[in-house]
Amino acid sequence: MIDLQWLIGGEAGYGIMTTGLMMSKIFTRLGLHVFDYVEYPSLIRGGHNAYYVRASDEEVTSQKKTVDILVALNADTIKLHVDELSPNAAVIFDPSVLKLTVEQFPVSVRLFPVPLLELTKKVGADRLMINTVSVGASLALFHKQFDVLQKIMQDTFGKKGDDVVALNNNTSKAGYDYVVENFGPGLLADIPIGSQTRLLIGGAEAIAFGAIRAGLKFAAMYPMTPINTIMTTLVAHALKYNIVVKEPEDEIAGINMALGASFAGARSMVATSGGGFSLMVEGLGLAAQTETPIVVVLGMRPGPATGMPTWSDQGDLRFALHAAQGDFPRIILAPGDMLDAFEGTMTALNLAEKYQLPVIVLVDKHINESHATVESEKLKVISDTFVVERGKILTDQEALAETDYKRYALVEDGISPRSLPGQQGGIGLSGSDEHDEKGLYNEEADMRIKMMDKRYAKLAKAIANNEFPAPRLIGDPDAALTIVAFGSTKFAILDAMRQLKKENISVNFLQVSFLEPFPSQAFTEMIGKTKKTLIVEANKTGQFEGLIRERTGITFEHHLRKYDGRPFYPEEIIEKVKALQV
Amino acid sequence: MPTTLQDLQIDYDKPNWCPGCGDFGIWVSLKNAIVQLDLKPWEVVLVSGIGCSSKLPYWVKTYGFNGLHGRPMPVAEGIRLANNGLTVIVIGGDGDQFAEGGNHWLHAARRNVNLTLLIHDNQVYGLTTGQFSPTTNIGEKNKATPVPVVEAPVNAMQLALSAGATFVARGYSGDNKQETELLVEAIKHKGFSIIDTMQPCVTFNHHNTFAWFYERVYKLEEHGHDMTNKMQAFERAEEWPLRRPLNEGEKEKVATGIFFKEDRPTWEDGTPQIAQTPLVKQSLENIHVNPLLDELM
Repeated sequence: MIDLQWLIGGEAGYGIMTTGLMMSKIFTRLGLHVFDYVEYPSLIRGGHNAYYVRASDEEVTSQKKTVDILVALNADTIKLHVDELSPNAAVIFDPSVLKLTVEQFPVSVRLFPVPLLELTKKVGADRLMINTVSVGASLALFHKQFDVLQKIMQDTFGKKGDDVVALNNNTSKAGYDYVVENFGPGLLADIPIGSQTRLLIGGAEAIAFGAIRAGLKFAAMYPMTPINTIMTTLVAHALKYNIVVKEPEDEIAGINMALGASFAGARSMVATSGGGFSLMVEGLGLAAQTETPIVVVLGMRPGPATGMPTWSDQGDLRFALHAAQGDFPRIILAPGDMLDAFEGTMTALNLAEKYQLPVIVLVDKHINESHATVESEKLKVISDTFVVERGKILTDQEALAETDYKRYALVEDGISPRSLPGQQGGIGLSGSDEHDEKGLYNEEADMRIKMMDKRYAKLAKAIANNEFPAPRLIGDPDAALTIVAFGSTKFAILDAMRQLKKENISVNFLQVSFLEPFPSQAFTEMIGKTKKTLIVEANKTGQFEGLIRERTGITFEHHLRKYDGRPFYPEEIIEKVKALQV
Repeated sequence: MPTTLQDLQIDYDKPNWCPGCGDFGIWVSLKNAIVQLDLKPWEVVLVSGIGCSSKLPYWVKTYGFNGLHGRPMPVAEGIRLANNGLTVIVIGGDGDQFAEGGNHWLHAARRNVNLTLLIHDNQVYGLTTGQFSPTTNIGEKNKATPVPVVEAPVNAMQLALSAGATFVARGYSGDNKQETELLVEAIKHKGFSIIDTMQPCVTFNHHNTFAWFYERVYKLEEHGHDMTNKMQAFERAEEWPLRRPLNEGEKEKVATGIFFKEDRPTWEDGTPQIAQTPLVKQSLENIHVNPLLDELM
């Protein structure tokens, strides 16, 4: 069995991210399952960047703790990651930069001194391209042909011209050849090219592609980690798909722009992290009060304030649940992996328009900035079967036939048909004040109650329409232990389950994808069938555990929490499960 | 059928501004301008913030969006990008547009979004019963400050000029004819237009009254102002509001009319996604992302 983790470490600004992604692509092309994970500080140059790529011929959905191939571009990398090295790990380094001996490592390692700088110079490349040499050198350790990388270089740099392709090709080939000539090919493994049915997708890409597929027409996004890739992915395809993506002056403007576009009839979305969401809060309430559809992607990172901008966390659950003054209905869904993110974003855009309310897609840095292999067919089935549902929007003819149009007509299901500006006959006013059916400010007690009840009726209607699937039980229904979690913890949980299964420890996983409205009844029934439970979440105070207790009265005997900004590792979950002696 | 004032009339409510409020004049002028331009009421969207003046959209029979305090501008920008066939007019007071929302229109100005910002500037917070605002004169006594106001007022015209607004004007709600003309020109202007309309608050501002303005306003076009000359516009704008207390025997000069006008490509011009068809008219059917997915293989 192949299960190896490659890590490149070096100073920020040396193309670590590009290199890591290229490595993920190599493993994907070889037909392996891949998961990658990146750690970096919030600065452009000088800090330490680390890009982990895990590859296996069996399914893997998470990074792991041990490193099997380390590319160390500087001394810091050795210092910071030496304890992660597995026995017999390979270390690639430039002997002109680092003096390394096997004795200085706590485990037995194999050293691969490769003159990265010298090789870079020899092919006429800039010294910034030492990472590209290291990709070639890494490949040589486990694969006996260079072709796979050549194709990736063509795909990656083809648009930039033949010169750029050739340069990257020659640079990585220099590293590849050096390792083959000096150490021999495929020293660590001989991974053949397997049949490739999977593609490599990042969480942010999955969200962006889901949005594109679902007919997103307008997005306003202020730059912020960890949602930048959502924005840049949308921008990359904006002209082809006719999506207007604008960079507003701040997140307040962002959500208000999106609400304006949505009010006018364009499918709209914003994306931000906790700090930006703080600024959007009043706009979220505006969406609810004016019943203007909006999707907010909230990418969590450790707070409060600036916190740890480039790390991961699940500490904004309560914030998402309660943001903005007053009572109003909202929908919160929490994708747990790339497939979920793709599908969840599409679902969110439909729900926002069908029920004319704000929908929050709650994700985090770990899902947004990691990449994973996903069966291409699974994504395509989701895409092909998706149907755009826009809810009650008047056609031009219907609007014209209106004699006394009421934007907030008190209808049984609470969903009043929307007219769109430009439609004759549909003239109406959307107001942030409490209002009557026509949208006119109104503070009568009776009308207030009717309007509040109308807004909540929409949520009841959505529930009646079965819009919110029950939590999903993954794994053996009779397992001795059930892990309960939401969001990106799914990665490590599924990985841990697979590992535990090999050791005959049977664990299943109850994944809650809709947090609001909380599926209280289904959750209670499903928990009733479990033997022992463990709740896993990435925050200090157990926000998810508290939410479940609030909505169902269910308490948990065991919990595993983490709030150091790092994602869960399968090893941590395995350790906890074993400690519970199930 | 050409649009008439009757078409803009709503029958289920009427303005509840204080009797004699300067908002009435602006309300009338806006409706006049829509009629003169023969805009279809359903193709006009009035977007407002919060404050006395921001209630205006309730009382004109066009589409309306009454948003948050200070935030109508981004809503309006979103509307324009989604449907560039609509005439979009942003309405807010001096608190709404110079305090809480000041940031937004500076950016709208540099983007040159094709819409009109109509500010009702009464130099006071009316709806919250009379606190000083960003355009209150230095030295005013006010319930929101224990000493007379020390902050220099915002110079809206200079701010707009330096932000890159392509149509910059000051109006006066006591002159409906001029205000209507300014609105007609502003709405016709392709790009970002701002009209800061001086508007007495009869309840809370007993200094800048109709009589006060009547003695001080003059029309730029009657004084040989060249509206294509930005530096001249800056100089005219320097006359008022004053950033110092008034000297003994000194009387302010309040210029009205168009300070500056120029042509520059709009934000919409720079958005090819809407060059052929507005976003709202584009079909959401048959959108395929499989080719994008294939690129990830």
